[in-house]
Amino acid sequence: MTIRARVTGAFLAAVLSTTAFNGAFAADDTIKVGILHSLSGTMAISETTLKDAMLMLIEEQNKKGGLLGKKLEAVVVDPASDWPLFAEKARELISVNKVSAVFGCWTSVSRKSVLPVFEELNSILFYPVQYEGEESQRNVFYTGAAPNQQAIPAVDYLMENEEVERWVLAGTDYVYPRTTNKILEAYLISKGVKPEDIMINYTPFGHSDWQTIVSDIKKFGSAGKKTAVVSTINGDANVPFYKELANQGIKAEDIPVVAFSVGEEELAGLDTGPLVGHLAAWNYFQSVDNPANAEFIKTWKAYTKNDKRVTNDPMEAHYIGFNMWLKAVEKAGTTDTDAVLDAMVGISVPNLSGGYSTMMPNHHITKPVLIGEIQADGQFETVWETPGLVVGDEWSDYLPDSKDLISDWRAPMSCGNFNVSTGKCGGKGS
Amino acid sequence: MHRIARTLLLAFLLVAAIAPGLRAEEPLRELIDALGQAKLSDMDEHIAALAKTGDPKVVPVLEALGEGNLYARKADGQVFLTKESGSTLSLTDPVSGESVGEAPKAALSKVKVNNGVRRAVRSALGSLTLLSPDRDARLKAAQSVLQSPNAEALGAIEDALAAEKDGEVRALLEQARATTLIISDRPVEEKRQAVRLLKENGGREALSILSAALNAADDSLKPDIEAAVASIEQSQALWAAGQNVWYGLSLGSVLLLAAIGLAITFGVMGIINMAHGEMVMLGAYTTFLVQEVIRDSLPGLFDWSLAIALPLAFLVTGTVGLAMERGVIRFLYGRPLETLLATWGISLILQQAVRTIFGPTNREVGNPSWMSGAFELGGLTVTWNRLWIILFALAVFAALLFLLKKTPMGLQMRAVTQNRRMASSMGIRTPWVDALTFALGSGIAGMAGVALSQIDNVSPNLGQGYIIDSFMVVVFGGVGNLWGTLVGAFSLGILNKFLEPYAGAVLGKILVLVLIILFIQKRPRGLFALKGRAVEA
Repeated sequence: MTIRARVTGAFLAAVLSTTAFNGAFAADDTIKVGILHSLSGTMAISETTLKDAMLMLIEEQNKKGGLLGKKLEAVVVDPASDWPLFAEKARELISVNKVSAVFGCWTSVSRKSVLPVFEELNSILFYPVQYEGEESQRNVFYTGAAPNQQAIPAVDYLMENEEVERWVLAGTDYVYPRTTNKILEAYLISKGVKPEDIMINYTPFGHSDWQTIVSDIKKFGSAGKKTAVVSTINGDANVPFYKELANQGIKAEDIPVVAFSVGEEELAGLDTGPLVGHLAAWNYFQSVDNPANAEFIKTWKAYTKNDKRVTNDPMEAHYIGFNMWLKAVEKAGTTDTDAVLDAMVGISVPNLSGGYSTMMPNHHITKPVLIGEIQADGQFETVWETPGLVVGDEWSDYLPDSKDLISDWRAPMSCGNFNVSTGKCGGKGS
Repeated sequence: MHRIARTLLLAFLLVAAIAPGLRAEEPLRELIDALGQAKLSDMDEHIAALAKTGDPKVVPVLEALGEGNLYARKADGQVFLTKESGSTLSLTDPVSGESVGEAPKAALSKVKVNNGVRRAVRSALGSLTLLSPDRDARLKAAQSVLQSPNAEALGAIEDALAAEKDGEVRALLEQARATTLIISDRPVEEKRQAVRLLKENGGREALSILSAALNAADDSLKPDIEAAVASIEQSQALWAAGQNVWYGLSLGSVLLLAAIGLAITFGVMGIINMAHGEMVMLGAYTTFLVQEVIRDSLPGLFDWSLAIALPLAFLVTGTVGLAMERGVIRFLYGRPLETLLATWGISLILQQAVRTIFGPTNREVGNPSWMSGAFELGGLTVTWNRLWIILFALAVFAALLFLLKKTPMGLQMRAVTQNRRMASSMGIRTPWVDALTFALGSGIAGMAGVALSQIDNVSPNLGQGYIIDSFMVVVFGGVGNLWGTLVGAFSLGILNKFLEPYAGAVLGKILVLVLIILFIQKRPRGLFALKGRAVEA
């Protein structure tokens, strides 16, 4: 019995330690900000960094005097990469801890799981990760890239600069890659690419044996036409994928791989020497050279007390989202959800790539699109950039279901899926 | 007045005397400096202009450009070859080849390169170094002209071919000549010969070149090319089956490594050890630590890092296993459900502990040079790391078999698991045998972690990816039988790899699981069931 008691004790200790952050018994003179990122489980690898970035942003803001004369207070919870737990923890943040806004989620499935909670309790979520689009909710602000801010420009780049004619769309088997690839396939076909020149391949989460697929890619690439791989492979599966590419000698000069989920953080676990020249499309790279970014990197390294820590695109999205929220609250003069939601649209703040990002009526933001090549030091070098800012397009123009839909959350329309051909609010995704 | 005129005259004469030397250098320097100002889209022309000079000094410049070591000075736009040393760059003048001191990084801007530039550099370098006195340089050059054929280089290739003595380089050059000839404007008859040569040599590259040439080819040549493509495709298809077997063996060896420790703790001892995957993870992190120490203090030993990590990983995970057995599991013998829950709890604790200590992100474990790259065996591509992992898995298996069958310790282990009370009556200290057996299983899992760190992420989640596969292999192969684990691992690997091309990776995995469920229905004890009294114990 004693051992059973001991094991239960260990369990309790583990559970307690992950929820220990909850201790939010603050006085009324603070404004609370919820942070909903997994600190354990599969997604901890990506999401822990975002939690740290938010804590840093909040600490910096408090140094500048807080918001509306009050201090900001972070409330951190751990949804443990467990999708239903995301909804539970979101409810806890809003009803128990009374936070004014929540910054969180990474995977689309976690976002979908918290949506009803935010709608029901009328709170605000800032979602910082590039996603598949096909969604626009009143209570959510999407600060990551929509497909037209990442996938489409990347394909355009390869078509124009690398003269690619044959495409491998490789992804992990879940909603983001599947939707993105659907959009890309429709887009490529509209550009005159023949269906037999497109190969689509899905792999399970955490796939680690890439031998067959990499050799299939090699075979597909030996048809005499310039071939490229568009990768929506997510998370842990990337390292073995790139290791296999390097080992089988696929060079970027011959078959370039452009990735949408590989950033500086993901490359940290890899020897990038053999991968020089493979590409990634993002809205921000750590290597972007401007004073605001240099300052951000300096603060980040000082905050984490680690000179080797890297910054990445979703961190920048949180930086933009957080600053937008600050400005909107100041404009509204209150943290009341409805007032802030009204104030948010049209807010414009500097981003870290050297310009301004604006919140659009569809709750997506304007961003530049950068294409970068992997360098031997694990950083990206920008080789191409959109001439101006790109507005996030929530309903893709390339999918038959969604091409007639628009979103505008300003009164009097206030609709996330307005169908322009029928003139009615409500359609797919309602 | 006179004096000034005289000085001026003198100065003029001096300049005139130096000028010829300057003039010879100037165009090259201008061409090189132009690289610093060029846009990415114009780089091709600049590189071609440099290559056209044929000057041997161009070679290091292009090499530096391809590697991203070419920088332009912000102050005057002069371009230098650089070498990084901390936050400064040591500069080398590209024309004179002399060192010209150091400069902070901020004072220089990198000459930007992208894949297009790297391709242009590769092809230019190829034709420039074809006649190099160094054999390795010529081999590399031949490879690069083969990879990026350029009709203008045909003359250079033929010159090189005439002068070449080395067999291997010659063979490559022959191929390069054939591929270049096809895209050139030579007569059809010569092209036909080239197609024949490519057909004989075969291979994926030839296929790619021939299919590309097909559209632009002369009508009389088309049937030849089509026939060549068909014949190469046919031989490729044959090799593809062999390649699948190889991939299957390699996947099987990974499964075997992951499962072999479990074959002891679960198979022999009957403990449902959910923390098995975490032992693999600890082994991988041990490798990371060893490499970290080597990188910091003894960079020369890097190629030995895995050999050093192996015994350490065995010790670390063996000790953790011993502590687990003594601390928790020994109280739970005969209660499988509680064991399952307790070990699952331990696995969560270990994961979170590693996450707290090392952080949640992936850690970099490098491949030693002898584990990088691939070689061709006929039509098969064999990557070195997979080959070593197969050999390592078999070696571990053989060592374990020897330990269990031929040593006193193995005898005691088998005695205890087969009949605990009898073994105890014979004077065997069964609790210690249990502890050591569990430690052995864990230690082997740790050694598997060293190997798996070479092909997978080193992150706190590493073990979770392998735990289900490991149980699958042990149950399929037959609990309690090491040979069953071996056969089970390899047959599952090969089955998986033959299903994958047809069914895709996701469906393939599901099909394998369904097949295993059906198989277990038919033979609940797996492939090699233990017979006799041991089963009842």
